[in-house]
Amino acid sequence: MSPAAYVFVAVILFVIGAVGVLVRRNAILIFMSVELMLNACNLAFVSFARLHGNLDGQVVAFFVMVVAAAEVVVGLAILMAIYRARKSASVDDANLLKN
Amino acid sequence: MTHVLAAAGGTNLDPIYSKAMFWILAVLAVSAGIGMILVRQAVHCALMLAVVMLSLAVMYAMQGAPFLAFVQVIVYTGAVLMLFLFVVMLIGLTSADSLKETIKGQRLWAGLAGIAFAVLLIVGIGHAAIGNAAPQTSANSTDNLTGLAQLIFTTYVFPFEVTSALLITAALGAMVLAHRERTSPKPTQREVARRKIESGQVAPEPPPGVYALHNAVDMPAMLPDGSTTSRSVSPAIVQRDVELGLEPQADVAADLAAGQRIGSERELEAGAAGKGEDQ
Repeated sequence: MSPAAYVFVAVILFVIGAVGVLVRRNAILIFMSVELMLNACNLAFVSFARLHGNLDGQVVAFFVMVVAAAEVVVGLAILMAIYRARKSASVDDANLLKN
Repeated sequence: MTHVLAAAGGTNLDPIYSKAMFWILAVLAVSAGIGMILVRQAVHCALMLAVVMLSLAVMYAMQGAPFLAFVQVIVYTGAVLMLFLFVVMLIGLTSADSLKETIKGQRLWAGLAGIAFAVLLIVGIGHAAIGNAAPQTSANSTDNLTGLAQLIFTTYVFPFEVTSALLITAALGAMVLAHRERTSPKPTQREVARRKIESGQVAPEPPPGVYALHNAVDMPAMLPDGSTTSRSVSPAIVQRDVELGLEPQADVAADLAAGQRIGSERELEAGAAGKGEDQ
């Protein structure tokens, strides 16, 4: 298959992830949608790397994976701290800055 | 890259196989992705995400990125997803998403925005002339690992070093965020004992279900006076029973009725046996 087909799959996955971030109310599920978007980006990077016949895209995808792992670790720790304080993982309940 | 291999074509799969694989994986990944935004339970969502990640791993392997395919399986599916599952376990049953919309018409508008976004991206990329894959170089051959290592440790060595600092910071940050400072001194054994006596419940809480005919964790314990106590059942299990439409209380009532019936039968039998002995 040509790399364009893979890029279209990446686009569809990215859009699904974006809709998930918009629709979901639970912070864990929002995080999972963000992960889906990052994965879609990685797929696009790998496809473009094949398109150009060099490895730079794969290196960037590798760095995206590392940053995503760090982001998940810190994000889930924040989520746990919020849950401990507010007994809820819903993004609607974290409204202390309101008013 | 300097050394270009002579072999032509993308991967060493037959075109027809790679086409079939692509369509299977694309349908699998997209349907699992759509499932991710439709299912309610966080655990189901995580499993859907695992399906997407694994099919992406196979796609990487098909596109001449075997190293990334393995990293995808090990780091994403193995570590990141397990972390998600651990947090789902810790945060527990409240992790099911509520279906109530807090902003009116949010789902509809989010869906429309998603479709518009998809059309924008697909038209934009469709207009760009994306040709066929470049002829096989070290990027998409067996030399993938060596080429990646060369690139990471020469051109991208500074970002690579920065990544190590990022990972250490992330680990420290997670430790700081997960750490809970003790605000009161640890209770001594004497204080624990005094608190127990004062609370009026010296013995442990009654375990679930062992006094009834049912020996199950979702059955409330029957106290010596014949009543049941809700303190013997974990609130998480009560919530599960409510979601599944089960009624442990009805089972307990049935148990009580069965106990009374058995008791009366025993009395009748004892009476009959007594008569028999009399004769």
